[in-house]
Amino acid sequence: MTTEPTDGQPAATPAPDGDVLRVEHIAKRFGAVTALTDINLHLGRGEVLGLLGDNGAGKSTLLKILCGFQLPDSGRILLNGEEVTFKSVDQARAAGIDVVYQDLALIDELTVYHNMFLKREMVRWPLLNNRAMRKLARQRLDKIGIGLKSVDLPVARLSGGQRQAIAVARSVYSEAKILLLDEPLAAMGAKEAAMILDLIKDLKSGGEVSIIMIAHNYGQALEVCDRINLLQHGEITFDKLSKDTSVQELNDIVIEEYRRALQERQQTA
Amino acid sequence: MSDTAARAPEVTGAPPGSGPTGGAWDMVKRVATTFAEQREATVFVVSVLLVIYFWRTAPDFLTKDNLVNISQITAPVAIIAIGEVFLLVCGEIDLSVGFIMGFSPFLMHYLIDFYSVPVILAIVLSLLMGLIAGWFNGFITVYLRVPSFIATLGTGFILLGLMLTTSNAYPANIPDKAQGIGHWIGTYAWTEITWAIVLVIIFQIVLSRMRWGLHTVAVGGNLLGASEAGISVAKIKLGNFMITGVFGALVGLQEAFRTNSIDPSNGGYQPMFYAIAGAVIGGTALAGGSGTIVGAFLGAFVLAVLQDGFNLVGISANPLPIIFGGAILVAMIANVQLARLRRAGRR
Repeated sequence: MTTEPTDGQPAATPAPDGDVLRVEHIAKRFGAVTALTDINLHLGRGEVLGLLGDNGAGKSTLLKILCGFQLPDSGRILLNGEEVTFKSVDQARAAGIDVVYQDLALIDELTVYHNMFLKREMVRWPLLNNRAMRKLARQRLDKIGIGLKSVDLPVARLSGGQRQAIAVARSVYSEAKILLLDEPLAAMGAKEAAMILDLIKDLKSGGEVSIIMIAHNYGQALEVCDRINLLQHGEITFDKLSKDTSVQELNDIVIEEYRRALQERQQTA
Repeated sequence: MSDTAARAPEVTGAPPGSGPTGGAWDMVKRVATTFAEQREATVFVVSVLLVIYFWRTAPDFLTKDNLVNISQITAPVAIIAIGEVFLLVCGEIDLSVGFIMGFSPFLMHYLIDFYSVPVILAIVLSLLMGLIAGWFNGFITVYLRVPSFIATLGTGFILLGLMLTTSNAYPANIPDKAQGIGHWIGTYAWTEITWAIVLVIIFQIVLSRMRWGLHTVAVGGNLLGASEAGISVAKIKLGNFMITGVFGALVGLQEAFRTNSIDPSNGGYQPMFYAIAGAVIGGTALAGGSGTIVGAFLGAFVLAVLQDGFNLVGISANPLPIIFGGAILVAMIANVQLARLRRAGRR
């Protein structure tokens, strides 16, 4: 999409002091494709921010920049008021940011517990401490309530919802202060989704962890998020507290966008 | 031999200590299941059957001389296979390793005889050449994004050309000064197989019980996922190319010392293809994401037993490649289909 942004600046809610994360004027292009034109957003401590938007609007790109997987072309990221540049996932992780990717980043061939500790393995030098990892993985999954026969199974043998739950559990227990969740509920049935929503609510009530969550289901988003941002054409075009908006309003905005896209098509045809 | 084979199930890490044991029968059952779940089980059984068969049909099969012979066919293939398994598991391949093997003893010879470099240093530098060649393969593959099949094809030719040009394609003698240390590298009857067994055990542990191995599997299983999880894909791949390169150089030195000559016809594609054949027969998937070093060792052993046994029994060696080819295909088909069944069955 190379469409120029049509709207002006979003009516941002006033930023409360002590934002854990601020994003200013982030832009990112891939060759001829502009993924993000000018992203500004902020995340308060203990806040759950829902990020909504059309497919291809740039949500996942934004998350991949925030977690250090990709570098932005321009703009800056402020973590607790200090400007940071993440050149790798490890750097972002060290700064307390963890992510659940849309593709989950699970390794089919590895066991559940190895996946849960991937790149954060427990080591009794020089060997992996499999026993400890297995035990801890079991405890954490039981606590969340994922019914798994064995943490020794390769994740290839799990259902879509179970895989997703494991990816979420991996991040949730990473002791990260900021969690980025790219459609954490996408492949889940109602029961599993409820489980993850509970988990997010638990984190929220702890007050320590701040979350940015990409979602497609507006109902779920409004239920768990404190605030909703809408990403359209590479910009945040909408920023409201969940209690000040509704599924109806969000739907209207998206339908409006479809209508406009349809008109543009007809005009060019 | 049987010593290593017997270790297969435990070294390759069926989860240890997964609960208290019941009676002796339970124990037997558990061991049996664990064994059957190991990828090495099939090739282990095949190698035992072959040994029994040749032992029954060729009285000389179990003589010391013949066992030494088998061990000397097995060892170089097994050592190269270690590197190739790591590469195959992370989704790459090295076709040049046999040419690293061909060049390394010549380099040692040049350094000692033409540049008066001390023997130990010359050997270290020859191994270093293997390391650098491996790094170069990795660099072309990872950073310049040339598929490793092509990248290493090119490096292989370059190394062959370097070796032929510098040696004028003439064999050379092992430098006198190097004869002493040569015993420990390849001359004594059991030297090579000892190296092979020790390296196989160490690198099986690296593959199945250490972070490097886990990350190698992750990279081969899901390249994007592994890098999203923060694993440095470049580091893993470069490292595995370097392991393979060093082993190629080591095997080159070993074979030179064992045959007591530095021959331009050593190395080439054959050791590499045998190593990959051994790896595949042993249960390593070419698609990446899984593999076993012990299995590759057993695969190399099976190939060696077949070669040696045919000779002893007095059958012409000509149909041997047919058997090798068949074994590779059967092993690969079994690999792929079993993996498919396993997934379909337990979802």
